[in-house]
Amino acid sequence: MSAAARPIATTRSSAGMPTGRLAVWWVIASEIVIFGGLIGSYVMFRLSHDAFTQQAAHTNTWIGTINTLVLLTSSLAAVLGHKYADAGDGPKAARQLYLTALGGFTFAFIKFVFEWPHEISEGFTISSSTFWSFYYTACGIHAAHVIAGVTIMLFIAPQAKKGIDLQRVELIGLYWHFVDVVWIFLFPLLYIAK
Amino acid sequence: MVVQHAEHHDEHAHHPKESWFKHYFLSTDHKIICFQYMFTGMAMALVGGFFAYVFRMQMAFPGQHVPGWGLVTPADYNMLITNHGAIMIFWVAMPVLIAAFGNYLIPLMIGADDMVFPRINRLSYQIFLLSAIILVSSFFVKGGGFAGAWTMYPPLSAKAQYSMTGDGSTVFVLAVALEFVAFLLGGINFVTTAMNSRAPGMSAYDIPMVVWMIVIASILFMASVGPLIAGAIMLLFDQRLGTAFFDPNRGGDPILWQHLFWFFGHPEVYVVLLPAVGMVAEIITTFSRKKLFAYGTVLHTAILTGVLSFTVWAHHQFVAGIDPRMANIFTVTTLIISIPIAEMMFVYVATLYGGSITLSTPMLWALGFIGSFLIGGVTGIFLGSSGADIYLHDTYFVLAHFHYTFFPIAIIGTYAGVTFWFPKMFGKMMNDTLGKIHFWLTFIPFNCIFIPLFFTGMLGDHRRIFDYSNFSELSTPMLEHLRAFATLSLIVMLFAQLIFIYNFVTSLLWGPTAEQNPWKSNTLEWTASSPPPHGNWPTLPTVYRGPYEYSHPDRKEDYWPQNVPS
Amino acid sequence: MFAKNLIEYWVPAASSYAHDIDFIFDLVFWIVIAFWFLLVEGVFLWLIVHFRKKDGKKAQYITGEMKHEKRWVSYPHYVIMACDVLIVVVAIQVWYKVKQDAPPPDETVRIVAQQWAWSFVHAGPDGKLDTADDIKTVDELHLEVGKTYQYKLEARDVLHSFSVPVFRLKQDAIPGRIVTGWFKPIKTGTYDIQCAEICGFGHGLMPGKVIIETPEQHMAWLGSHGMSMAAGE
Repeated sequence: MSAAARPIATTRSSAGMPTGRLAVWWVIASEIVIFGGLIGSYVMFRLSHDAFTQQAAHTNTWIGTINTLVLLTSSLAAVLGHKYADAGDGPKAARQLYLTALGGFTFAFIKFVFEWPHEISEGFTISSSTFWSFYYTACGIHAAHVIAGVTIMLFIAPQAKKGIDLQRVELIGLYWHFVDVVWIFLFPLLYIAK
Repeated sequence: MVVQHAEHHDEHAHHPKESWFKHYFLSTDHKIICFQYMFTGMAMALVGGFFAYVFRMQMAFPGQHVPGWGLVTPADYNMLITNHGAIMIFWVAMPVLIAAFGNYLIPLMIGADDMVFPRINRLSYQIFLLSAIILVSSFFVKGGGFAGAWTMYPPLSAKAQYSMTGDGSTVFVLAVALEFVAFLLGGINFVTTAMNSRAPGMSAYDIPMVVWMIVIASILFMASVGPLIAGAIMLLFDQRLGTAFFDPNRGGDPILWQHLFWFFGHPEVYVVLLPAVGMVAEIITTFSRKKLFAYGTVLHTAILTGVLSFTVWAHHQFVAGIDPRMANIFTVTTLIISIPIAEMMFVYVATLYGGSITLSTPMLWALGFIGSFLIGGVTGIFLGSSGADIYLHDTYFVLAHFHYTFFPIAIIGTYAGVTFWFPKMFGKMMNDTLGKIHFWLTFIPFNCIFIPLFFTGMLGDHRRIFDYSNFSELSTPMLEHLRAFATLSLIVMLFAQLIFIYNFVTSLLWGPTAEQNPWKSNTLEWTASSPPPHGNWPTLPTVYRGPYEYSHPDRKEDYWPQNVPS
Repeated sequence: MFAKNLIEYWVPAASSYAHDIDFIFDLVFWIVIAFWFLLVEGVFLWLIVHFRKKDGKKAQYITGEMKHEKRWVSYPHYVIMACDVLIVVVAIQVWYKVKQDAPPPDETVRIVAQQWAWSFVHAGPDGKLDTADDIKTVDELHLEVGKTYQYKLEARDVLHSFSVPVFRLKQDAIPGRIVTGWFKPIKTGTYDIQCAEICGFGHGLMPGKVIIETPEQHMAWLGSHGMSMAAGE
């Protein structure tokens, strides 16, 4: 839908915030409740089952730490992308978005090519115990959000390079920070608290 | 601003004529999307209503062949009640009250030309339609449709060896999860459009109540459904991937599901209540020619109810094995939440005082809503009182209570909205005489169905039981007569809906042309033509006052539209 | 006001706490239905009739924001709050009595729910559960009137719920857990047990019976059952 054919409704901002940003906050809020429910359930299980906690000893803290650094660095690229987009510099913003996407891809690559196959080969599958069920479910849903974010970035970046819809760089950045924050919760719960 | 208007106008002036398919099935116009949701919801209501007919026939005449179905086996019965409940809540009440009316009314009532994200709007309907198709397909998979109640408690719902509907259970959960996604997407539009795209001059307190209510409902839905989406994923994994989130034999906890479900389930009832209550506000103000009594109070009680709705969920679980001390906390919170709702009802009743009331068809429905929802509300007190709930839980008393809330919301509320906004939506007037006959032939039988069920519940009829012949205390003539009377009332009521269908279709095709503002109402949608064109107005309106300035002493006319300068 | 509680007109009150539960039901009924509901519905209907459209008469312009107007809503509102407090206090007292404050039991009985039947393990003549003389039955729970029983409720497969309407008792049975509770039968007779949590296709096909016996009848049952158990096992 070209800018001229967008409804006038889209361009108003009685609430003082551009509609795109309002929409992304809405999406983030709904995701917070979804992950909140999952993580809350995990915490309840953990507090009441010792065996649960024992299983946590087998997650790979090194890989988890590397992945955390990868994700945080990619968030830095997202911030820089936003800065360039605000300044109107489409090509630079696009480059940062591609770097962010690269970070996300690396995160998923490390997880799916190294971490999970290794854990599965050691016998820790999704049905091994409730701890591992939570581990794979939570990390899996998180990873799905990482991949979705990367995919969306690959749509926004080429447009941004041409200077089109630069406001979307900020929006996908917002989403990406949220994905980051979820990981910041998952990492200590699954990898550090042993 | 002027240039944008001209551009926008030209864009549509040169728009090539759309194909019929593209116009009705691929449209991004909020009004068409409303109709898509509305007709899909109504079609699902036929399925849910048919199921009710079948299982009520079994209740009245146990073991007899039911015309249109055959013999109702215990397995059939459980499948019918499960899907009746799920369909009515997720595929009738929500799409019609929130998605259909929300889509139609929000842009028009705030003076916008469409929703903020029309393509996401279209996507939300497509996902919703997919969820409905998936739900219906669950009846045809091996083992039949899911039969473990709309509440899906594990281990029954998680293990095929217990439910005997392994595939049906999975398809059911998928359908529900997709429906949730559709409404999360829909919510994006409702909230951002209402917050951001209001006409110049429309402050927060100038927004029509129904718009506020749909926005609050959307926020409530979004904030409560997350844990259940997580739970649904966990249930799916238990069903298919061998996880044990809810399997007590392997370290899981079935009660966790109950908490995740009801944490959503309770706010959900307010998610459907608020839009209906909002529509009633529009109708009673229009047909009593009166300002809404204490607009601020209505708004604040709605928000307070929404917030409090997160604190009451375990009243569904009093005897479920939760810590008995917790039950006391939830009795307190449950009785607390009755207070703002009572206040809201009082305010609506107060709105009638000093009015000049016309009992048109929409007004009959709106008043019928208030009168019968009161019964639903007060009977909730019995159930919220933990001590009494020990006896009443899982009996027909509960069922009668929630039908006295859900039916006014989903059915009476829908008819109120449809009969009120029909002229605007379709440019024709419905036949008022037929409308009134339909109202009475629905309203009276409705009460005749559910009042007896309060008694059968009090006397010991438990829920989800296909045949009471096995229980000597429940095989008395009195109970059998009460059950049969309820069923016969349902049959009368179902036939009466043919009157509505007839009225709807004939009015749509051959009804008298509707003027722009047949009810002389104040809100902005009545300033657009009947029906409004794509883009709603050639020039978008500006707002000068609140929505309920009826019978103002300084005005000769007894209404004062929001867009009239003075 | 009436000789019996409302529910008791139709359903016998056969446990020591049935009257308490009936009392709270009645309390809510008289306050909320007989008073509030009739009042509000009455006012509502009167307003509809009284303020019907009359030619030449304009409606009043009332905002509801004025203090003297708001009072019409807030005063009833405060009275409702007081009623709610009363109801909550009584409800919690009844709940506490039934679900929290179990008196010392005379005997313990094990209740097992499964798809689709009830089975019971009675303590037998020695009065102790989990001993050699325990009596196992299917679908029939034999009790002695006047004795205080502790129950241990289990589920073998899915959720079930042990419901005895004449006791006014209900408790969900959860697989993987043993839920304890108590009851004291005060009336002899044979009454229904229902399952109160949907447990599969046979949910309506697992009726049970509580058979509340006089001490003599119960002794006779213990004796006869014990002998046949010794012979058959």
